[in-house]
Amino acid sequence: MTATEFPGTPMSRRDEPVRFVRDTTVGAAPPPSSVVGPWAWMREHLFTGPVNIAMTFILLALFLWVVPGLVRFLFIDAVWSGVDRESCIITEQRPVVGACWAFIRDRAAYFTYGSYPLPERWRVDVFFALLAIGVVWLLKLDAPRRDLGAFYFFIVLPIASYVLLVGLPILGLPIVETNLWGGILVTIVCSAVGIVVSLPLGILLALGRRSSMPAARLFSVVFIEFVRGVPLITVLFMASVMLPLFVPDYLQPDKLLRALVGIALFAAAYMAEVVRAGLQALPKGQYEGAMSLGLNYGQMMRLIILPQALKVTIPNIVNTYIGLFKDTTLVVIVGIFDFLKTIEAARIDPRWGAPTVSATGYVYAAIFYFICCYLMSRYARSVEARLAQADKR
Amino acid sequence: MKKIILAAAALGAAVAIGAGAASAQTLNNVKQKGFLQCGANTGLAGFGQPDAQGNWTGLDVDYCRAIAAAIFNDPTKVKFVPLSAKDRFTAVQSGEVDVLVRNTTWTISRDTSLGLNFGAINYYDGQGFLVRKSLKIASALELNGASVCVQQGTTTELNLADYFRANKLELKSVTFATSDETIKAYEAGRCDVFTTDASGLYAERLRLAKADEHMVLPEIISKEPLGSTVRHGDDQWRDIVQWTHYAMLTAEELGVTKANVDTMLKSENPDVKRLLGTEGKFGEPMGLTSDGAYRSIKHVGNYGEVFERTVGNGSPLKISRGQNALWTKGGLQYAPPIR
Repeated sequence: MTATEFPGTPMSRRDEPVRFVRDTTVGAAPPPSSVVGPWAWMREHLFTGPVNIAMTFILLALFLWVVPGLVRFLFIDAVWSGVDRESCIITEQRPVVGACWAFIRDRAAYFTYGSYPLPERWRVDVFFALLAIGVVWLLKLDAPRRDLGAFYFFIVLPIASYVLLVGLPILGLPIVETNLWGGILVTIVCSAVGIVVSLPLGILLALGRRSSMPAARLFSVVFIEFVRGVPLITVLFMASVMLPLFVPDYLQPDKLLRALVGIALFAAAYMAEVVRAGLQALPKGQYEGAMSLGLNYGQMMRLIILPQALKVTIPNIVNTYIGLFKDTTLVVIVGIFDFLKTIEAARIDPRWGAPTVSATGYVYAAIFYFICCYLMSRYARSVEARLAQADKR
Repeated sequence: MKKIILAAAALGAAVAIGAGAASAQTLNNVKQKGFLQCGANTGLAGFGQPDAQGNWTGLDVDYCRAIAAAIFNDPTKVKFVPLSAKDRFTAVQSGEVDVLVRNTTWTISRDTSLGLNFGAINYYDGQGFLVRKSLKIASALELNGASVCVQQGTTTELNLADYFRANKLELKSVTFATSDETIKAYEAGRCDVFTTDASGLYAERLRLAKADEHMVLPEIISKEPLGSTVRHGDDQWRDIVQWTHYAMLTAEELGVTKANVDTMLKSENPDVKRLLGTEGKFGEPMGLTSDGAYRSIKHVGNYGEVFERTVGNGSPLKISRGQNALWTKGGLQYAPPIR
């Protein structure tokens, strides 16, 4: 670059030696402090306009109003150890009592296993471990041999769980009646069965509903509309109270089994509608394209339609799962002690009759349900993000 | 369409009634199964609730264990079926449970129209009053003008109004939709008195912030006899259920306890001998062995022991015997003679 290229350069300086030529670009000046840094961030996100400012202060006030009290109740004033109500009641020395965690510690085993016999509880632990292995193996995307994982999860695990939990006297595992099951065990069993059974069954029902065969369509429509038309409580109540009136004693299935079948069928009907929404969202060209390639119905569904349909319905499927997970608490209506019911049953125990015991029990339940549902929703989001990469290009 | 529905309903009802009255074979069924199926509460302080290990405990539960002990000589051979208030009677009718001991009030309509029979009354409950000790009241008759927290739309509310009117007291009732709200309002000082069934009052009192500042008044203003329930049509089974309770009452009356029942076997008292089966064979006509009562007492204890252990002074509830004292001590618990 020479000075001549600059048209505004004064002619008189032409013969003077060039004193300084900049041969590197000047580093970019930092942006003004009004657009970077924490202060600017706050200005942009929290204090943009009068409405925004008002909202910020209202929320801040709400936060300050709720959180210190919550922290005080849950941690600072909480009672961490003790053997009975004496440790959690209000006395002269302890005028304020927060959460009574001693109660949760005392009853934690009951909340987990229900009335499952003490010497057999290791079987429940093994079941939890097997289930955890299955879930991680199946859901972790870079896990080795995921085909084997699916086989393990859908074939080996149900059989092993049944043998472990119910018992098999030949193997030295005494039978444990399901009326002794309870707590987290029942909640996990109910939701696992509901989740695992409802997706394949729901897909079948959805395909049946869109099928051109009248028999399949009629059956699917009647089933879906009937099950969706009644509340889950009614299904459970029917299964557990009315059924025994009509069938002879020896045909009576186990109470928990009845509830499990009820939950699974109920969830399947909802799942069918979710999947159907996905099927309908696909443009007709996908079907026609698949058919023009010469694929038969099974191949078309398996290779072209379902992968796309399920992809768009993942948020709804997980939404249904989360709803189902929380709906399992309704089994209490037929006298099955799920996790929430064990807390209900324990909190009225006069041995722990103290002012904050009930609240503590419910906080514990809330934490449990929140963790489970949050994990489900986080996993779904990661899967969604991965699948969405195809659409981002 | 209507006809079809009616016909279906009639058929259903016929099947239900058929199943309900079919067998007089309950004892045989129970023996065959190897355990007693007992309809239990889904959790009621002192009457039926799981402990930290998940074992069922309580007054109603121990009644079931006593029946199982009389039949099998083993109080653990009982399977508890927790039932909600709604499905408890259907469970008895359908034979899902052999006996229902679940704080169920004996009323004429339940006794005559549901295909059920009530057995012995193992707890006389009734509506009572909880007040602050600072009011310095000793009797419900001093409650003139008091404001009373009560749950809406319950018989409790009606009983309350009747009692105040009958005793010419002025009533200011404050009603709430749920029981939790009601007790919260009482605790917050909205009213002077809280009323519900007495057994519930003791349990609620423990959950108040300062339990010691509250007391239950001695008056019981309604009749809530809580008893065992069995199906119509099997009188032998009903006898077993009834006489198990009477045997435990008789044991208390005669001073036979869980601890001394073995030495009592050598007693010369003819009443004790008849109770424990060392003289006479009173168990056999019911299909039991003659030492059925001995077994119940040995494994579970007499009525007084069970009462104190589950709801009385041995428990946090500390319910006084009151109407549930033996007839010899001014209560209502009275067993027909064993002879």
